[in-house]
Amino acid sequence: MTNSATELSVLDQGPEIAAGEVLLRADHVKKYFPIRSGILIQREIARVHAVDDVSFELRAGETLGLVGESGCGKSTLARCIARLYDITSGSVVFEGADISRYTRRQLRPVRRDLQMVFQDPYASLNPRKRVGAIIADPLRIHHAGTREQTRKRVLELLEVVGLSAEHVNRYPHEFSGGQRQRIGVARALALKPKLVIADEPVSALDVSIRAQVINLLDDLQDEFGLTYIFIAHDLGVVRHVSDRIAVMYLGKIVEISPAEELYQRPVHPYTEALLSAVPVPDPDLSASRQRIVLEGDVPSPIQPPSGCRFHPRCRYATEICRTEEPPLVPHGSLGHLAACHHPLSAGPDQLEADQLDATAGDAALASSSGSL
Amino acid sequence: MADPLLEIRDLKVTFRTDDGLVRAVDGVSATLYEGETLGIVGESGSGKSVTMMSVMRLITDPNAQFEGEVIYKGTNLMGMSQDQIRSIRGAGIGMIFQDPMTSLNPVYKVGWQIEEQILEHEKVSRRAARDRAIELLTAVGIPNARDRAGAYPHQFSGGMRQRVMIAMAVSCNPDVLIADEPTTALDVTIQAQILGLIKKLRQDFGTAVVLITHDMGVVADMADRIAVMYAGRIVEQGTQRDLFYDPQHPYTWGLLGSIARLDRPRPRRLAAIPGLPPSLMRLPAGCAFADRCAHKFDRCAELPELLDRLGTGHLDACHLSRQDKQDRRDRTVHPELVEERP
Repeated sequence: MTNSATELSVLDQGPEIAAGEVLLRADHVKKYFPIRSGILIQREIARVHAVDDVSFELRAGETLGLVGESGCGKSTLARCIARLYDITSGSVVFEGADISRYTRRQLRPVRRDLQMVFQDPYASLNPRKRVGAIIADPLRIHHAGTREQTRKRVLELLEVVGLSAEHVNRYPHEFSGGQRQRIGVARALALKPKLVIADEPVSALDVSIRAQVINLLDDLQDEFGLTYIFIAHDLGVVRHVSDRIAVMYLGKIVEISPAEELYQRPVHPYTEALLSAVPVPDPDLSASRQRIVLEGDVPSPIQPPSGCRFHPRCRYATEICRTEEPPLVPHGSLGHLAACHHPLSAGPDQLEADQLDATAGDAALASSSGSL
Repeated sequence: MADPLLEIRDLKVTFRTDDGLVRAVDGVSATLYEGETLGIVGESGSGKSVTMMSVMRLITDPNAQFEGEVIYKGTNLMGMSQDQIRSIRGAGIGMIFQDPMTSLNPVYKVGWQIEEQILEHEKVSRRAARDRAIELLTAVGIPNARDRAGAYPHQFSGGMRQRVMIAMAVSCNPDVLIADEPTTALDVTIQAQILGLIKKLRQDFGTAVVLITHDMGVVADMADRIAVMYAGRIVEQGTQRDLFYDPQHPYTWGLLGSIARLDRPRPRRLAAIPGLPPSLMRLPAGCAFADRCAHKFDRCAELPELLDRLGTGHLDACHLSRQDKQDRRDRTVHPELVEERP
């Protein structure tokens, strides 16, 4: 379908960015939600630190996985990048332009290149619209082509996502969850975006259907050279789709690394615990592996803990973790960053230094080889 | 093995709707022995929840029709009046539901909700019930239980609410605990806590557990025996080892193959099961999975029975010969070990 795609000449596609070049840069992005109180005068009494100083780069053609537990700010971050939320401070540079202060009008052309797929396929499709109209909506809003062109494009899109032309006049309720998610994907692809932010796109689906949708997203990326930000709490799914993975905890990225590396050599104790908590569908392995069970719940993002935010639940925490916030710095191989005072698997040169500090080093190494 | 604690015999549940008869559960038989954990695995609409809700007689829909027997300690629960079943619910069989927010009453304090259940089933004073409630809350790992007993459900996090549900479910020392997707709404680190708690209770009190889930990882961790359900029927049933290391039914292969696993090399593609489960109103005459099955052949037009085809107590409902199954299985379950990643 790549070459036979309907010509939508009205769509100007923004600056060309070759695969491997930086498509998106988030710089010290913060998003605080105010909590107000009072009857007449609404005073701000506190703030939810939903996203707190997050920076990362995204290169064209890659998939960045975003993982973390509920409330860690991964969805908020995605919505900040898509500018569905205004950012408290920091900047988001997309295709070379800082869009963090853009007005709605200025954002409109940006949104052609930046689309979202949402988690709940039941809530994200208008139940009163036919599937054809839902998929045509972005084309209509952006005046992308004549009616005839739009109609052809919609049929094309249906085929691309594995539905058929006869589905065009049906309503969302006539479809299963997996099929609805396909409709959501078709809508996101309508304007030929460069970046697709998928916020838990498969979490609401059954296992067998989940695999179908993941394979579909995979194929579409190959076919159209898409860049993905893929948010999920299922670490298996994230590993399967991602080139790089960022782990978030209480509004911060605590570790970011090439995908396979993160699973082989987690550096942050939170990543280690997260990986070890995933149930493995293999009884022998499940019985033999060491599991790190984190105590308690994620603390409130209204008053995040001092120093390292993970320290109240961390089994390696020491005094420094309570007082000083660890910076996100490189560990070992290129592109593996973590924010921890007591990193787990260290690179070769750090390993040497660790051997002097034998007790801490041994414990860390033993546990990292015990986890997955 | 000892006598079964709970036995389901050929249970059928149908719902009359305007569009026709929905066969939600179509001839399910299963047994639960003392102290063991039975995992029931399946996707939405496979009938796993309806089966266990029927066992507890919790389906009050006038359009529902039941057939078959559920024998609990020698009595047929299906023949009981609602009053009689109430003395079993909670006392003999406890239940944990998926969503702890909707299954706790939001306008009562959690301590009170647990006390109420104790008072319903046992002749004890309110004070004794209160002490027991606090003891239970402590046992399920709620810090500062004496104060927290006076809190409302919304003042707890999801994981803590599920702990309250568990405290309530075990408050009268049931010998069967039915857990319907107890961790599905929870994050993985909290899931690990809750599963650990269920394991501990099982150990301390010898409670038998029926664990309903769609997550093969959870049953690999928890279950002694496993039943896989598809379209209202059990398609495979065996010990945990049988299911994971010698799965016989292509649907089980598909389930295992479609998981993105952390413990294996990353496959190029996930082995998704094509298509959708059949409508429960128009179940095919033959094997319900045939339309999605890559190994379909002419015999699949006749309904395969759940039989002990291996002679080891490992039941499956698939017509393929044993040899065929062995030959075809690996490619589906572990595509990453068969195909080369480019």
